[in-house]
Amino acid sequence: MTSIRLSVPQTARKDEIIELKALIQHPMESGYRRGSRGEQIPRNIITRFECLYDGELVFSADFHPAIAADPFLKFYTRAVRSGTLEFRWTDQHGETWSDTASLSVT
Amino acid sequence: MAPPRRACFASDLLPSAKITLLEPNATYTACPFSNLVIGDTRAITDQNFSYEALRRSGIAVIAGRATAVDPVARTVTSGDGRTLTYDRLILSPGIDFRWNAIEGYDAAAADQMPHAWKAGSGTLRLRDQLVAMDDGGLVVMSVPAPPFRCPPGPYERASLIANYLKKHKPNSKLLILDSQDTFSKMPLFMEAWETHYPDHLEWRAASQDGRVIGVDPTTLTLSTDFEDIRANVANVIPPQKAEEIASRAGVVDATGWCPINAISFESALQPGIHVIGDATIAAPMPKSAFSANLQAKVCAIAVARLLSEMDAQSTVLANTCYSFIAPDEAVSIAGVYSNEGGKFTNIDGAGGLSPLGAGADVRKAEAAQADAWFAAITGEAFG
Repeated sequence: MTSIRLSVPQTARKDEIIELKALIQHPMESGYRRGSRGEQIPRNIITRFECLYDGELVFSADFHPAIAADPFLKFYTRAVRSGTLEFRWTDQHGETWSDTASLSVT
Repeated sequence: MAPPRRACFASDLLPSAKITLLEPNATYTACPFSNLVIGDTRAITDQNFSYEALRRSGIAVIAGRATAVDPVARTVTSGDGRTLTYDRLILSPGIDFRWNAIEGYDAAAADQMPHAWKAGSGTLRLRDQLVAMDDGGLVVMSVPAPPFRCPPGPYERASLIANYLKKHKPNSKLLILDSQDTFSKMPLFMEAWETHYPDHLEWRAASQDGRVIGVDPTTLTLSTDFEDIRANVANVIPPQKAEEIASRAGVVDATGWCPINAISFESALQPGIHVIGDATIAAPMPKSAFSANLQAKVCAIAVARLLSEMDAQSTVLANTCYSFIAPDEAVSIAGVYSNEGGKFTNIDGAGGLSPLGAGADVRKAEAAQADAWFAAITGEAFG
């Protein structure tokens, strides 16, 4: 199970560029590390992150093993209408989680 | 903790060798136990040791900083321009800081927001700031991502600062902003914090927005990815690397640390130069005083054997770290390691942690053991 920490403005003016922040709580184990007895620690990473604004994809990222634990993303979009921002992330096993925030555009 | 012992031990093993210790500090100020100074229950003078006994033992102690190493000509230059030649060089570089890895945290910022991660004036500055703070203030500590010197050190310090606040500034609080999600002796510290400091200490993990990415020393503000936090006292422990002389000697790799052969401690990059202590890549051996001191001894034996045209031999190494959770209570971790095949590995089933849930009598007994350890290691090194 992983969860996310989000920063989304509650309100924005129409056409304003808004900053969105997301911190995914995940160990991002690269698969290249070894434990104290020399054993390989299995890879366990998030592979995909997406942000949908009223169902439309506005940002996505593919993750690879070099991304550090607890990946942090900061990106921007244009506030076009009031609606829901959905943040979705998927791990290497195909398990998907999501969280939402609502934005009111005036 | 490493250099003096190395020289002394080498002189026992190689009585006919000429051994020179080039040491920048006139007085040695010990890092272990210096968190007690910050917590205002120990005097800094109890941390200070002189090199006089080493001098008396016949080792040439030169007060000065090594400024250059030529691994081909096998020479070391000291700050006063003197050039020393060597057959074998043992470097104990210690650590340096990655200034501006946290935006805004440079050497000047360390005046306002002391790191106190090298014992000395910064230790006193941090203590004095705590003493001068009004009751009700917020103390913020930033912990870097590993590897760094003394893995349990930030949490021992946090315990002792919380203890100070509880006693002297009961309306104040310590907030730990951590770039890690787990840490050394974590269950023991968590238990101690819940028992002793529930109202005076808050720990925020990396996954809970604990990573500090920038500071403003003029306003004592620490910034995470999501938040700016104003502190009344700020202790920023910055990300670290091997000290500058290691780079100048060419023994540092892309990680910022020194790769070594685990048996001889000879640099993987420069033949004839051995590296010991916090600057080395020796995991799972931690960057601790105990490790550095033992590495110094094993390295001295390896150098003595190599100079006597024998091979260096693998052995078993160990580490013990005591951490104070209160001025008179401590917990410990012990590890045992093999360096067979030129790599460090844990030896399964050896070593261990203090038990969880133990009573104050056990913690007090461990504090007494910590005292005895400190007296033994400094007595052996400095006479």
